Amino acid sequence: MAIKEYIRERFFPHIWCPGCGHGIVLNSLLRAIEKLGMSKNEIVMVSGIGCSSRISGYVDFHTLHTIHGRALAFATGVKLSRPELNLIVPMGDGDALAIGGNHFIHAARRNIDITAIVMNNRIYGMTGGQYSPLSGYGTMATTAPYTNIDHSFDTVQLAMAAGATFVARTTTYHVQQMTKIFREAVLHEGFSVVEVLSQCPTYFGRKNRLGTAVDMMEQYKNNTTPVGSKAKKENPDLIERGIFVQKELPEYCHEYDKIIERAMQKIT
Amino acid sequence: MSDNIKFLQGNEACVEGALYAGLEFFAGYPITPSTEIAELLAYRLPQRGGRFIQMEDEIASMCAIIGASLTGRKVMTATSGPGFSLMQEALGYAIMAEIPCVIVNVQRGGPSTGIPTHVSQGDVNQARWGTHGDHAVVTLTASNHQDVFAMTVEAFNIAETYRTPVILLFDEVVGHMREQLVVPQEGELALVERLRTAVKAGVDYHPYLPREDGRLPMSDFGGIHRYNVTGLFHDMWGFPSDKPQVVHDLIRHLVDKINNNVNQITKYKSYYLDDAEFILISYGASARSALHLVEYLRPRGERIGLLELQTLWPFPDYLVREKCGHAKYVIVVEMNMGQILQEVRRVMDQPQKVFLANRIDGVFITPMDIRNIMRVVQGKGV
Repeated sequence: MAIKEYIRERFFPHIWCPGCGHGIVLNSLLRAIEKLGMSKNEIVMVSGIGCSSRISGYVDFHTLHTIHGRALAFATGVKLSRPELNLIVPMGDGDALAIGGNHFIHAARRNIDITAIVMNNRIYGMTGGQYSPLSGYGTMATTAPYTNIDHSFDTVQLAMAAGATFVARTTTYHVQQMTKIFREAVLHEGFSVVEVLSQCPTYFGRKNRLGTAVDMMEQYKNNTTPVGSKAKKENPDLIERGIFVQKELPEYCHEYDKIIERAMQKIT
Repeated sequence: MSDNIKFLQGNEACVEGALYAGLEFFAGYPITPSTEIAELLAYRLPQRGGRFIQMEDEIASMCAIIGASLTGRKVMTATSGPGFSLMQEALGYAIMAEIPCVIVNVQRGGPSTGIPTHVSQGDVNQARWGTHGDHAVVTLTASNHQDVFAMTVEAFNIAETYRTPVILLFDEVVGHMREQLVVPQEGELALVERLRTAVKAGVDYHPYLPREDGRLPMSDFGGIHRYNVTGLFHDMWGFPSDKPQVVHDLIRHLVDKINNNVNQITKYKSYYLDDAEFILISYGASARSALHLVEYLRPRGERIGLLELQTLWPFPDYLVREKCGHAKYVIVVEMNMGQILQEVRRVMDQPQKVFLANRIDGVFITPMDIRNIMRVVQGKGV
């Protein structure tokens, strides 16, 4: 199926700013789905609120655009109710890890088969450039006019600690890798987290003097390194990208099927 | 003794009613005094292939049932005041996106953590206006276990008929009290199943284009029609829109579909109203004490009656006016500061003849409490 077949052209043009990384994420995701040969009817995309969440409107799947931070909770209801469906949940960094942080760690803990994508642009774009939990100490934002004193956390480390069984990171510069990682993440049976560093030239870039969208993408090229590379040992400031965790553990809906079996035996 | 006669708590009667109605999915979070509902459903739902999940909080519980409902399931959650507060945003989402679901609030005293193990009816207005923005909402209640069962079934029926969340506003006394329930036979109570679209695959399906009768046939997530669901104002495709006409039409639709059907949605019970000079209006546990007083005073020559409301929202203006217009005095009996009192005063031609008998101390209101107010109203002193 051509990529175009996955798009709801009726709803274009999209709302993203020129240079935004989110369109690249959409493109890579659809390429991954196309390579997997999945039918549109078996995919449910659930999103929250923010720039990232608008992605669900543009794809021709079953799409649920919900409330801020709660996409994973809605997705949990869909998945547990119909385990045969494939759940993809794109979120922004604020959506997933500030207001939605609790749902994020608990979905990971359950190991429910959902692919969570954190489109990390380090800022609240839709409301005009406020600092997010991933902006980082010393950055500038409209709510940090004297610099940000909030420390960020590491999405990958957090997901690992919470029990996600597939954890990866990539960037909008590394589109081939992103497509490959998305394929693996969607195929993985269990809770998958993919963090994608995605540039916001309009707010994060402008506030922090990072240049154009192209400059920001070039920084992803220069500031990142494959997981476990020698370069990371020499320069600890480099951000690792690639697959950090990929392990098989019992998936939540399968476990619940066993509960149903046990409960049914009890009454017969 | 027949198998279908049970002696149980009100919370258990609610579970029985939900299962009778065809509940398939429950998500919840422990909170007094509603927890028994979750505990029992964790046990009972998987026995019939249904699914139970304990979520990380009440926000997530409300969201999870909305997600499950979209796949075609009958869904419910249960909570009490603090949890109900947390659910309000997602409740508004279910109203906006028109997702059938049932929310049980077994009321405790509030505000805040309040008085978790004691009775109150303080969430009546929260049920009406807890979520932001103009909207209509359906709220049912009951005073005994037979009615808890029936109203729970009714809640599912209304949710499916009007594609709306329905709130079951019970209280701690009814929830924890034990009494008899006769579980109706299969087929004895009517069940409304979801209206699904007849539009075939490959033909455009408009999820948010109401039929002439105002109803919107649904299509299950995972089925042949793919569409968008959003909490933003949306067009017939379910796609966000800020066109003034779209916004206006949608909010009118959301409010009208409930308010224009107030007669179908209104459930109530009346006792000795025809010649009553003194009318008590009550609901939930309070109606038990009100009825007790009526039954006590009638043989003693007092022309007293009771209007027991089972539908609180949309408020049955016409019913109250019709049943109580002729009364000399009306006393609203409730365990709050007068939340239904306000409504009754609003709809009555002579609001000055409407009085309040209430308790707000976590103690169940007694027939004597009501009797004392009656005597004051009658000018007899306490």
